[in-house]
Amino acid sequence: MKIVTAIIKPFKLEEVRDALTGIGVHGLTVTEVRGYGRQKGHTEIYRGAEYAVNFLPKLKIEVAVDSSEVTKVINAITSAAKTGQIGDGKIFVVSLEHAVRIRTGETDADAL
Amino acid sequence: MKFLNLIRAGLPALLAVAFTAAPALAQTAAPTINKGDTTWMMTATVLVLVMTVPGLSLFYGGLVRQKNMLSMLTQVFYTVCAVFVLWVLYGYSLVFTGGSDFIGGFSKAFLGGIAPDTAGGTFTVGVAIPELVFVMFQMTFAGITAALILGSVAERTKFSAIALFIPLWITFIYFPIAHMVWYWAGPDAVDAAAKALAAATDPAAKAKAQEALDAVMADGGYLFKAGAIDFAGGTVVHINSGIAGLVGCLIVGKRLGYGRDVMAPHSLTMTMIGACLLWFGWFGFNAGSNLEATGSAVVAFVNTFVATAACALSWMFVEWIVKGKPSMLGIVSGAVAGLVAVTPASGFAGPMGSLVLGLVAGVICFFFCTTVKNTFKYDDALDVFGVHCIGGITGAIATGILVDPALGGTGVFDYVANKVGDYDFVTQVVAQLKGVGVTILWSGIGSAIIWKFVDLVVGLRPAPDREREGLDISDHGERAYNA
Repeated sequence: MKIVTAIIKPFKLEEVRDALTGIGVHGLTVTEVRGYGRQKGHTEIYRGAEYAVNFLPKLKIEVAVDSSEVTKVINAITSAAKTGQIGDGKIFVVSLEHAVRIRTGETDADAL
Repeated sequence: MKFLNLIRAGLPALLAVAFTAAPALAQTAAPTINKGDTTWMMTATVLVLVMTVPGLSLFYGGLVRQKNMLSMLTQVFYTVCAVFVLWVLYGYSLVFTGGSDFIGGFSKAFLGGIAPDTAGGTFTVGVAIPELVFVMFQMTFAGITAALILGSVAERTKFSAIALFIPLWITFIYFPIAHMVWYWAGPDAVDAAAKALAAATDPAAKAKAQEALDAVMADGGYLFKAGAIDFAGGTVVHINSGIAGLVGCLIVGKRLGYGRDVMAPHSLTMTMIGACLLWFGWFGFNAGSNLEATGSAVVAFVNTFVATAACALSWMFVEWIVKGKPSMLGIVSGAVAGLVAVTPASGFAGPMGSLVLGLVAGVICFFFCTTVKNTFKYDDALDVFGVHCIGGITGAIATGILVDPALGGTGVFDYVANKVGDYDFVTQVVAQLKGVGVTILWSGIGSAIIWKFVDLVVGLRPAPDREREGLDISDHGERAYNA
């Protein structure tokens, strides 16, 4: 099992969700996050006070899938979240040791 | 002294003067209370209350960080309540009774001697409003003036320090300055004494009448007698609070993390609502300062629209040119600066004069809130100095120019001659500068002493970790937003 974590542009959320649903992924977790990579921030001005805002709002989505699904998931997210501009985000994949569905007590692949 | 107070009391005194000085003047009309004026003044009074709570508190509250929102709202609310109580106890008496050039006496302490039907003077001979409505109208001015200071020391001053500072400041700074600028014997007293002089025939009676007129003319505040004109409070309210705020932010010191941390406003939406309520209430402030619902009140009403709009545009376009973007905070800050600048001029300038005043004030205040503040690096958190003191000074000086009838102004009415007095540019502008200078010195030095005193007694700053946590939690034990 793998955890696929993707940092995406906030307005791409619905497209990414549709793409994942389309390949049979049912269930994901979304978190509002801030950060930066190649995309630089902007300047905010409040009367005389100027602030460089380096951390930009992004969404972090996390999907737990069977290892065999990872490539399909990555492709789905990449094609849905891509704009071609800097700031499109990144995808990280890490191994998942164990999973439990709280309601039934099912474990691992059955719990996903 | 007693004689002069009687004059203020209206009808009986007026008749007394008329009879003793010249029996022929018995027909001088007693001031009658006008129902329309009374209605307008009650309305104007609550409009000024709306300026402060909720107007100013939301304007300021939106500009602070989320963790200090309730601290700002509580401080403003506390301030108006404390000032209102002190006003009826002794404030009104200290401001609006004779005594010396600098402060009144205690003859009307606890509102003594002011009955529901006691007539208070207006600016028209023979026209009165209940003195009690004047007491309340002026009370709201004292409230907002003290509350304005809070913006400069926002986000880092303990509530206990504010709780002590406000009563001291209103007593030792506001009451004397308001007395100096606004206290005079009133139109009826001046008119009656002037008519008595004109009616006096033999030299002895003439000398006596002249003496009586001199006494009436001498019964006024220092700056009033110096000829400084301030229609609705440019010096008393704005320069006064602005300079108190500047010395306050210097003595209290910068917020922790100033210049390093992002201290962006937590809700410019609330700031916008507050600014609109300020504008709305300011019609009571400026047009109400006429004390009667007449054409002169409408002049102030018009100017409160025109100067504000012009100044908002001026600030916005300057910001657009200099900083690259026209901001919401910029246009509403410009509106407030325009309201400040037109305050002393509102009943004296013509609409075109106000338009020019607004355009000029927008550029000046923008420059002080950006370049000057950043050059000298003082942490006037919400720009009380840049908007109120500088806008107030701009308006006070401009009032001396725009009052010129040749520029569409009203001129200054001479109650002795019973006509609009001759305008002299140098005389009037010098008088205005005197008003500005005296206010800056009195309030600047006096406020510094009070801030220092409060620091010694209760301390001004919270412990650093409590300041970082936010004053809402550390001072008040509650949070503004729990959703």
